[in-house]
Amino acid sequence: MRLHLWYTEEHTQNVRFSIKVKEHLYSKTSEFQKIDVFDSEEFGRFLTIDGLMMLTEKDEFIYHETIVHTPMAVHPNPKNILVIGAGDGGVVRELTRYEGVKRIDLVEIDQIVIEASKEFLPQTACKFDDPRVNIFIQDGLKYVRKKENEYDLIIVDSTDPIGPGEGLFTREFYGNCFKALKDDGIMVNQHESPFYKETTLAMQRAHKRIKESFPIAKVYQAHIPTYPSGYWLFGFASKKYDPITDLRTDEWAGFNLETKYYNLDLHKGSFALPNYVKELLATHE
Amino acid sequence: MNLNQTRTPIHQALVNLKSKRIVPFDVPGHKRGKGNPELAAFLGESCLSVDVNSMKPLDNLCHPVSVIKEAEELAADAFKAAYAFLMVGGTTSSVQAMVLSACKPGEKIILPRNVHRSVINALVLSGAIPVYVNPQYNEELGLALGMSVSEIRKTIYENPDAKAILVNNPTYYGICSNLEEIISIAHANGLKVLADEAHGTHLYFHDDLPNAAIHLGADMAAVSMHKSGGSLTQSSLLLLGKNVDPGYVRQIINLTQSTSGSYLLLSSLDISRKNLALKGKEIFSKVINMTEYARNEINQIGGYYAYSKELINSSTIFDFDQTKLMVNTLGIGLTGHEVYDYLRDEYDIQIEFGDLANILAYISVGDRTLDLERLVGALAEIKRRHQRNKLPIPSFAGYMHPQIAMSPKEAFYSNKQTVKLEDSVGEISGEILMCYPPGIPIIAPGELISQEIIDSIIYEKSIGAQITGTQDMNTEYINIIKEDIK
Repeated sequence: MRLHLWYTEEHTQNVRFSIKVKEHLYSKTSEFQKIDVFDSEEFGRFLTIDGLMMLTEKDEFIYHETIVHTPMAVHPNPKNILVIGAGDGGVVRELTRYEGVKRIDLVEIDQIVIEASKEFLPQTACKFDDPRVNIFIQDGLKYVRKKENEYDLIIVDSTDPIGPGEGLFTREFYGNCFKALKDDGIMVNQHESPFYKETTLAMQRAHKRIKESFPIAKVYQAHIPTYPSGYWLFGFASKKYDPITDLRTDEWAGFNLETKYYNLDLHKGSFALPNYVKELLATHE
Repeated sequence: MNLNQTRTPIHQALVNLKSKRIVPFDVPGHKRGKGNPELAAFLGESCLSVDVNSMKPLDNLCHPVSVIKEAEELAADAFKAAYAFLMVGGTTSSVQAMVLSACKPGEKIILPRNVHRSVINALVLSGAIPVYVNPQYNEELGLALGMSVSEIRKTIYENPDAKAILVNNPTYYGICSNLEEIISIAHANGLKVLADEAHGTHLYFHDDLPNAAIHLGADMAAVSMHKSGGSLTQSSLLLLGKNVDPGYVRQIINLTQSTSGSYLLLSSLDISRKNLALKGKEIFSKVINMTEYARNEINQIGGYYAYSKELINSSTIFDFDQTKLMVNTLGIGLTGHEVYDYLRDEYDIQIEFGDLANILAYISVGDRTLDLERLVGALAEIKRRHQRNKLPIPSFAGYMHPQIAMSPKEAFYSNKQTVKLEDSVGEISGEILMCYPPGIPIIAPGELISQEIIDSIIYEKSIGAQITGTQDMNTEYINIIKEDIK
């Protein structure tokens, strides 16, 4: 008899998303959350936290390239970078491709996420050994509170604002990030989705709070098949640089980075938002 | 503890009742929620299914003989008291029962001036005559303190006919008096000692915390289980020492207590008592550590002063409850009111209170370090964004010993008239007037209004202190006892 094992995530109370599972590779409950790794035919290995999809081997490139290359193509000289969350290693992997980056401080609250990723997700957790990478197991909000004028770029790769990721969607966090950044610093963040109402409110609130802390607060988008609705937003908050007018086209092209998703046309296009999203962002401002 | 503290007799009786699926032809009329679907959906069907009336298997709060009796015995055992009453009218009802049990009309009771309003209201009910003790206050922090032993000795000497003394253990701000010494002096002079432990449930379950009143030999203690104890709002405990007659106290309680005590409240007391008895030490170790952590982090921000046991002075601050996260905000140039408002309006953080100089964040078993990070992070941000020049320490009007012209009860029932505050010199106040900080009444019903008192009210208002209690929200007018009655 054939075994039918499916991973199912409720994207809303009325919508389910399922992936047929080949094998349940890992399951552990940490101090903060439940971490699972599965293997599947369609998406390869995938990581879930508290039953919510974090990444799959098949589509993680979209998320990681979008959250990393977009600010890296705008900031003229990003040397010191703070990454909050991102225990799977995907953001670090993309960042280490830039030679100009001198220091990557990764602050992850949950050691277990890093351990599980190192063991089961070598596709993303492959650059933790890079000498520029420093790992801090700590609450991101606490870490950033004690930093001032130190970073060129902060990447907030958080879980949803329920559970340990909650503090990373607050005004105190964004304000502390502002303080931790240099005068021309940029912060990008995972910004939830505008589609289902479950995430819409979190998205609107995050935008409102970022706007309260940063003079430039833009939102951009990517298509991520395994996240609820497949449509996801990112925040681009900045003290000085505009993501479009300050885009350093030639310089970034000169890096000759091979990317599967990100390119400079897409960069510009990703900031062009649908009307309903513009409206959602405006109504909460 | 000698009894089996894993037992929860009221809770168990409710579970049994549910499983029997008895058809209710008794009150409450919502009939396990079926008659009020909107309420059942909101509060949950399981909640409404145990909102039931007294019946044989559930005992009766007014005259307990079975499961409530056992629950009270378990509570007494857990708190090491001679007797415990489960209370459903808030700790206010426990305080009232203490005062009414200890003092008959016209008898004197010694109290610190910074008692809770519920105590002054209890005096209105009982007809007891208050004798106030100056609690002193810390000017630098704007804090009302505890009663010194020497002050109490003097007061007892001057009032040999007093029947009882009431002590806050601790105050709202976490400050404890030398209760052990006070109890010994009071008992030597034939006074009963009543402890208002509205903020002291946790003291019974951890050795590193200030001493609990009953453990030191107090005669009665009103304990707010719903604050640090984790039970539902409005549930409370009244504890007795060995020299108080529980039968008489039960009669007093029954004067004002509901005859349909809520089983939601009673079962919450039952389950919370079990939890405290079995895990109290572990729980409050965690709370102490969390508060200590937050205090250190806040003090590292600079400007804020989160204080603790270093304030102890062997007299008016005999001990400090370190689970109270009190923070003085004057160093960043903001009042406690302002920080309170910023936290709520800009950071979605609700704290217990803010006054002219301090804020209090209430830390309990329900908190996580993650949430403390939010509080600390927000305080750091408030400093970064809103810091001003250091504020001068507000100097409060000094303590004025109240001149009592009639009992609070007499004043309450007298005919009153409203006059402008400035025109009330020499009159008897018909109402209470509180000032925060330091949280001490300036005047209470039955007391003479002097020019000095009026000046101090005007002064406190001018420095932005919060004045509450009068019928007139702006405190420009005050109710006085009518001339012909006086």
